[in-house]
Amino acid sequence: MAEKNLQQYWKKNLNYLFILLGVWFLCSYGAGIFFKDALNNFKIGGFKLGFWFAQQGSIYIFIIIIFAYVSLMNKLDQEFDVHED
Amino acid sequence: MWTYIIVGITFALYIGIAIWTRAGSTKEFYVAGGGVSSLANGMATAADWMSAASFISMAGLISFMGYDGAVYLMGWTGGYVLLALLLAPYLRKFGKFTVPDFIGDRYYSNTARTVAIVCAIIVSFTYVAGQMRGVGVVFSRFLEVSIEMGVVIGMIIVLFYAVLGGMKGITYTQVAQYCVLIIAYMVPAIFISMALTGNVFPQLGFGSTLNDGSGVYLLDKLDKLNTDLGFAAYTDGTKSVIDVFAITFALMVGTAGLPHVIVRFFTVPKVKDARKSAGYALIFIAILYTTAPAIAAFARTNLINTVSNKPYNEMPEWFRKWEQTKLIKFEDKNGDGIIQYVKDKEANELTVDNDIMVLANPEIANLPNWVIALVAAGGLAAALSTAAGLLLVISTSISHDLIKKQLNPNISEKGELLYARLAAAGAVVVAGYFGINPPGFVAAVVALAFGLAAASFFPAIIMGIFYKRMNKEGAVSGMIVGMLFMLYYMLKFKFGMFDGGKEAVEGLKDGWWFGISPEGFGTVAMVANFVVALIVSRFTPAPPESVQHIVEDIRIPRGAGTAHAH
Repeated sequence: MAEKNLQQYWKKNLNYLFILLGVWFLCSYGAGIFFKDALNNFKIGGFKLGFWFAQQGSIYIFIIIIFAYVSLMNKLDQEFDVHED
Repeated sequence: MWTYIIVGITFALYIGIAIWTRAGSTKEFYVAGGGVSSLANGMATAADWMSAASFISMAGLISFMGYDGAVYLMGWTGGYVLLALLLAPYLRKFGKFTVPDFIGDRYYSNTARTVAIVCAIIVSFTYVAGQMRGVGVVFSRFLEVSIEMGVVIGMIIVLFYAVLGGMKGITYTQVAQYCVLIIAYMVPAIFISMALTGNVFPQLGFGSTLNDGSGVYLLDKLDKLNTDLGFAAYTDGTKSVIDVFAITFALMVGTAGLPHVIVRFFTVPKVKDARKSAGYALIFIAILYTTAPAIAAFARTNLINTVSNKPYNEMPEWFRKWEQTKLIKFEDKNGDGIIQYVKDKEANELTVDNDIMVLANPEIANLPNWVIALVAAGGLAAALSTAAGLLLVISTSISHDLIKKQLNPNISEKGELLYARLAAAGAVVVAGYFGINPPGFVAAVVALAFGLAAASFFPAIIMGIFYKRMNKEGAVSGMIVGMLFMLYYMLKFKFGMFDGGKEAVEGLKDGWWFGISPEGFGTVAMVANFVVALIVSRFTPAPPESVQHIVEDIRIPRGAGTAHAH
């Protein structure tokens, strides 16, 4: 495995982390805390939007983030030939 | 009657699993032989994670806090994203058995290992005392035995499957316990959701209109019910934005730093399984965590509708029953025989304990007795599963990190296994003692556990993986500073220790740094850890080449062996 390849692999990994953690931060601290009052002007069903993110929505998004990461990394591992078995 | 039967069946199940999974090697005792499927691991992690507090108290806390309850909902789930993305896969590749193992080897220092052991034991013991107490409380509420007796029974059950099966025994009992607790939680929730909103999914019922023909949304009605009585609107809450941020952050980061959670990811066969099982764990956790705020809203609505401004002698059966347990108290201050439940402390006549919101739910919803029994079994499952995970951390810190790695490296596998079992037994007894004689501050102390994990372990592990240059001097100073800082703030502002004790606490609130509560201070202490570690590492030698190679190696999935002893 070329040294350069491993560095590339790690760089791409970090990129994914940046993006996914960005989403993590925005949906919870952003939508659920800092911007909740502004978002509360909108409703989704019986939920004020900010409140919904804080008490339910962000949790769904966390799950999606993790599985997105799993899928991206599985592909990346294959691409750089560092996958197990 | 039903309670004995259902609880008895669940206990028999746990014991059966314990016998089936007896551990024969240290690898089985510490990491379940490394062969746990990611799905099973997800379920076990979820049960391990959701303690008596999650099961019994959280919905109640949220119902009184309204929007602010989000600190727990997001705080105790968001950490799994951090685990999945930043920790689990790399630690699994590292292939060791415990968190102090990683810290000790990555920072090539037995000092670091020992600091980690101390942190792990403090964090785990504080947490487990609360669990054993929770076991005792559930027993006393449902099974008519004293709290002490309840703790002892709990101790014996945990002792059995933890000492016999180690991590293997604990893992598979946790899978069973997850099934019990989730059914126990959901059944009343579904019934109440249908009764109140006509929707069978509590998550949807939460956002839907009431079933009473008015067409009003539940949450709008609840906001008004609250504000009419002088409370803050349910969807508003009362904490400052910065405090909500700090507490949520401390809880998320603390989650990712708790040894008993991290160690679960050492038990799966491969790195990619570690990532996936964090995802599964979160799904299983989310089933409860998206139901809890719904229960909270339903329960609060029901409570206010039932008691507010109604005559005391027209109160339903469940009110009387729970009055006897002192979880709900009425004091007719103005002698008019009517219950005034208001925000204003002077005029308020009703005191309600958090725990009632879940415990009394089945009765409030007129559900049959076996559902009530199920709730008891569920609460016990939640407490026992968490207690077991914590006890294992304590036991392995002693047998593996202290004895095998430092005091007596030549100890045989059999000898180490024996010590692991003895340490587990000893830890159960000590935890049981604290369950019977809890220091008055058990709940506060669990919050401290998160703050400590956030302030000590999280930075050390993150920097260990992502920053090759972090050396032992930096890591150790960071951990110590983080820990002490957190302890200081907690002792000062939560226990009033430097200002005259508990009575002083209320008055000290104006002195909170940045307006952040002790529960949120873990965030600040964590930052202090990072800063100190980075500065100190600049002035001290870089880690040896061999360690830098280890860090490079753990970043690559291929080559993850079965978790091995060294």
